[in-house]
Amino acid sequence: MGNLEILLQAPIFSVQLLIDGLLVGSIFALAAYGMALLWGVMNIINISQGDYVILGGYVTLTLYNAGIHPLFGVPVAAVVLFIVGWIIYRAVIFRVVDRDLFISILATFGISILLQQLMDQIFGADIQSAESGLGQIFLFDNQVTVSQIKLVAFAVVVVVGVALVLFFKKSRMGQAIRATAQNARAARLMGINTDRVYAMTFALNAALCGAAGALVVMTWVIQPFIGLAYTIRSFMIVVVAGLGNIAAVVAAALGLGAAEQFAAFLLGAEFQIGFVFGLLVVILLVRNMFLKRQRQVLK
Amino acid sequence: MFRYLKPAFILLPAAALAMSLAGAAQAKVEGDTIVLGAALSFTGKYKTNGKHTKNGYELAVKKVNEMGGVKVGGKSYKLKVVYYDDESTPARGAQLAERLIKQDGIQFMLGPYSSGLTKAMAPVTEKYKIPMVEGNGASRSLFNKGYKYLFAVLSTSEQYLAEAINLAAQQTLAAGKDPADLKLALAMENDPFSQDIRAGVLDDAQTHSMNVVIDDKLPKELNDMTVTLTKVRALKPDILVVSGHSKGAATAVRQMMEQKVDVPMFAITHCEAADVVGKFGPGADYTLCATQWAETMTYKDKYFGAAPDYAKLFEKEYGYVPPYQAAESTASVLVWVDALQRAGSFDREKLRDALAATEIQTFYGNIKFDETGKNIAKPMVLRQIQGGQYKVVAPTKWASDKLIHPRPKWSER
Repeated sequence: MGNLEILLQAPIFSVQLLIDGLLVGSIFALAAYGMALLWGVMNIINISQGDYVILGGYVTLTLYNAGIHPLFGVPVAAVVLFIVGWIIYRAVIFRVVDRDLFISILATFGISILLQQLMDQIFGADIQSAESGLGQIFLFDNQVTVSQIKLVAFAVVVVVGVALVLFFKKSRMGQAIRATAQNARAARLMGINTDRVYAMTFALNAALCGAAGALVVMTWVIQPFIGLAYTIRSFMIVVVAGLGNIAAVVAAALGLGAAEQFAAFLLGAEFQIGFVFGLLVVILLVRNMFLKRQRQVLK
Repeated sequence: MFRYLKPAFILLPAAALAMSLAGAAQAKVEGDTIVLGAALSFTGKYKTNGKHTKNGYELAVKKVNEMGGVKVGGKSYKLKVVYYDDESTPARGAQLAERLIKQDGIQFMLGPYSSGLTKAMAPVTEKYKIPMVEGNGASRSLFNKGYKYLFAVLSTSEQYLAEAINLAAQQTLAAGKDPADLKLALAMENDPFSQDIRAGVLDDAQTHSMNVVIDDKLPKELNDMTVTLTKVRALKPDILVVSGHSKGAATAVRQMMEQKVDVPMFAITHCEAADVVGKFGPGADYTLCATQWAETMTYKDKYFGAAPDYAKLFEKEYGYVPPYQAAESTASVLVWVDALQRAGSFDREKLRDALAATEIQTFYGNIKFDETGKNIAKPMVLRQIQGGQYKVVAPTKWASDKLIHPRPKWSER
């Protein structure tokens, strides 16, 4: 536990870990919110989630290589991925929406492989990254560094989150999506074109992933086959947060991000992922216990 | 409807079988051409290095053929290589090895790219007693299984960064201090290759009784090392050693630069593959990079001359500076040429013995195999990035430039 001593003696390092964890978590929050949306509205667990993230990264990288500042990649990747999502829905997903979960998992798994191989063919297998040129903020006598791009990412997540909440509350389409999520059949009877709602939902999810990907390529590195990590992370956040509550998703993402950093510091980097999975099991057990207790009260 | 298709279902495999049997009749030597076989990664995650490997093989074949081919038993033969795409997956590699040997009748194998693929193919070549000369599988575990038909021209992975530890020890002794006081930090990807490197580094650290203060195993999908670097900032080690293929190299160099982490010595693998100089410019300066081969070395052979001549020829042919993956592939073909000529026959066992007795110098380095089939005559090279240029600084015998040690602090750059 020598690492714990470091934190106790120099608490400044825990500030570093906390800030970094929260900011890292915010990037995952975007993709996770898209996954919750898809799961809630269409009952699809999207295995290809991470591949949309990486594709968004490549869209940004293409702009970057053309001499455009990668920050413009955030909206551009979102728009491009929106279109890609719409096409994928029209080509494949609409056939599996009402089928059981297993079929949609299989279908999105297939899409995942296809996207990976296409990205590999088009962009090559090398790792790549885009420099935002934003630099770092150094705090506390250079003991804590915060990269500005991560702050930008945090801001993007907040803005997009608020925009989404408004979209679902105010706009007709947002209301239609919520209605469809509650009861697709009833929504259809009320004259909502659920097929369009599904297409919109799927495209919106892809757009969120695209924006996340633009942030990923500026913060870290991308490679065609690294998408699964983002799928798994989104899945976990959604499992912890539940469906249909954007605040819970953001909170879970930030919390997991921070927990991960501390786990990696205290236990060693090899336990980073393992710790998060362990935490997932604990959270599910605890939640289950609480739910049971509530049911007993209701009896 | 399916009733009418049935005959087709039976006929098709039968035809395929007949064709494959016809293929088996072709020998490993067709007329005056010796046919070598290789499964390489033309698609999937290793495709860049798969291409380097193929270009390396092809350049050797071209040069050898231009210079009169291979003389076996008084007759001159041309070389040719048959390739398949292993899709960067080990299972496919093993299948293709089987196919090359059983259907295409290949008797002379060249290695695939990466330790993982080599590990998948070696049991197959071993089963059929087909010798394989490879230049891209460095994992230690390839050479402790008692394989008799596997020969590797490159330095094995536990040697990759061990030289950095010795270099640090030398520097410390020269400065009149005790290497045992040095603090060592390791951040190694949790995969067989990087863990081999870790084992080698730890062995050498132990001989100098250095202190290991950080020993992180990074996840396979690594793209963030902030936590490890925070530890580095807290514990102030004298040496930081990182290995995690290209993504590890790019992540480490980038975050060291961004977070202005100071450490006197910083050594990594895969600088060239990750193009850290191109990506990060001056931020990559003073990094120590392990490499199998450098185009400034002075080893020589009759086909390519010295290493710089090889680099020039390769660049003329393919339009880029040869990475060591290409050089070691070319060297693998040269080992075959030498063994074929010395054996003077196509007898498999004679060839194996000839390969085992190899003792040559190539532009890539000296090659001499020990009984496990790995090359023990060539050391790893350490290059330091100085002003955007790779300069050889170790081993001292081949060094062209002096090591800049310790790394200047970020605040002083």
